[in-house]
Amino acid sequence: MKATGTVHKYGDHVDTDAIIAARYLTTTDPDELAGHCMQDIDEGFVARVKPGDIMVAGENFGCGSSREHAPIAIKAAGVSAVIAANFARIFYRNALNIGLPIIESAEAAARINASDEVTVDTEAGIIVDHTTGEQFAFQPLTDVAAELVAAGGLVPMVKERLGKA
Amino acid sequence: MTITEKLLARAAGRDQVRPGEFVSCALDLVLANDVTAPIAIDEFRRMGAESVFDTGKVALVCDHGTPNMNIQAATQTRKVRDFAREMGVVHYFEADDSGIEHIILPDKGLVIPGDVVIGADSHTCTYGALGAFATGVGSTDAAAGMALGECWFRVPESIEVIYTGTLRPWVSGKDLILRLIGEIGVAGARYRALEFKGPIIDNLPMAGRFTICNMAIEAGAKNGIIAPDATTLAWVAGRSDREPVALASDPDVSYVQTVEIDCADLEPQVAFPHLPENTKGISEVGEVAIDQAVIGACTNGRLEDLREAAKVLKGRHVAEGVRCIVIPGSHAIHLQATREGLVELFLEAGCLVSTPTCGPCLGMHMGVLAEGERAIATTNRNFVGRMGHPGSEVYLAGPAVTAASAVAGRIAGPDEL
Repeated sequence: MKATGTVHKYGDHVDTDAIIAARYLTTTDPDELAGHCMQDIDEGFVARVKPGDIMVAGENFGCGSSREHAPIAIKAAGVSAVIAANFARIFYRNALNIGLPIIESAEAAARINASDEVTVDTEAGIIVDHTTGEQFAFQPLTDVAAELVAAGGLVPMVKERLGKA
Repeated sequence: MTITEKLLARAAGRDQVRPGEFVSCALDLVLANDVTAPIAIDEFRRMGAESVFDTGKVALVCDHGTPNMNIQAATQTRKVRDFAREMGVVHYFEADDSGIEHIILPDKGLVIPGDVVIGADSHTCTYGALGAFATGVGSTDAAAGMALGECWFRVPESIEVIYTGTLRPWVSGKDLILRLIGEIGVAGARYRALEFKGPIIDNLPMAGRFTICNMAIEAGAKNGIIAPDATTLAWVAGRSDREPVALASDPDVSYVQTVEIDCADLEPQVAFPHLPENTKGISEVGEVAIDQAVIGACTNGRLEDLREAAKVLKGRHVAEGVRCIVIPGSHAIHLQATREGLVELFLEAGCLVSTPTCGPCLGMHMGVLAEGERAIATTNRNFVGRMGHPGSEVYLAGPAVTAASAVAGRIAGPDEL
């Protein structure tokens, strides 16, 4: 996966209530969820975000509730990848399962600024910040995480296990 | 091995596992609720699955927005109900004999010591109090679990948390876990197991143990766990036909971190907005006026919690202008609380008593806050907008402090009344 976009930057411990508030959890429609993405901590996000944009955050991104509506909302909003210093574990699993690219890089998370133009190349393991000229290498996924991404998420993987592929 | 490693090894059919290893485990129970099951059902169908792996090992509990708060919620609940019927799911709970998932599943004996459980709800870690490995997952993982009866895990490193000393009056399980989160932070146990032990835990009844393990996720933990002892086995007896498997960590096992908390000076805790790690002792709180108090949730909606609140509220009245909402965690608890006279006591004290629901904890319904409003709650999260408007505030505490605050109209301990 290679994508270029504008950065939307957040701090540490962005919780899933902030990504999508519970009052919108009576729907599972990705577009409807995307329409309320980040609303409680960044009201202008939905109007500002463009397809391909990149989210950058600090530590423990996606902490709190297990709601898969959170990565679904981010993906449906057009975000091509989330870079964070690290992720909360349920969010991490959910993102891999639904095919939202996520990258752990403390260095990139610290040095990339809001509104920078950034390219993410998951095969090469490189993040390029075109605005500052900086580059950041990151470790490619391994083990089950790599298998999940290669399979296109958990649904196709299980489908194959069930002989329904 | 630690108890967490032993549980995962057993479910993976292995003699031994090590932290960092990936294992695929057989599941004893897969849980989803009215918020997470609708997505899980769609993913289950997309997987091509036609039946659940075991109709007795799937639990679907509609508790977040029930009794249905609006047409959309009613439609989601109906989707879960229809799926349960179609698949022949035995453990479907919605109205009578239902309640909050993490309270009713242990109460009904659906989780016992030795089990490995996933639930599409982050507070699934509650069941660690029984000596089970239980962790929250998303809807797609739950769908895969329902289809295959297994789930992959990375074996977590374990942190041991040792509580020593003796508990002061009005200090409960909630204060023990809030104190820990205050010390290690909301990411302090990220991806790790939190193993609770020590003389305080040995003497703690199950209700307090459930509260502690419930909030392991609030420190980022994969699971919280307490090795089963006589208290656990006595509590489980008669609830299930299955035989409990009581495991314990080996004495020579090494932990990635040891945290010791001396309870001698531990006073009731309050977590300030907007993270559960912002804890203070009740004497350090200062003047914080409140508009609402909520007693309930999977954290503190058990009978023991209601009794604790009732001790404080007996013969007193909620302060003018404060809404105190009491939510028994299950139908059975509601009934028992009624029989014991607790419901009458709450009503006489000016509290509102609701049917079981997660409702206000996540700002979904039944007690949502307006901009600028402030609540104290026995719930588990105080993130921005958690109980309603992003400009509202939630303070977390145990049942005694929450009840006392309702009476005082500001955050207060029972001794201040």
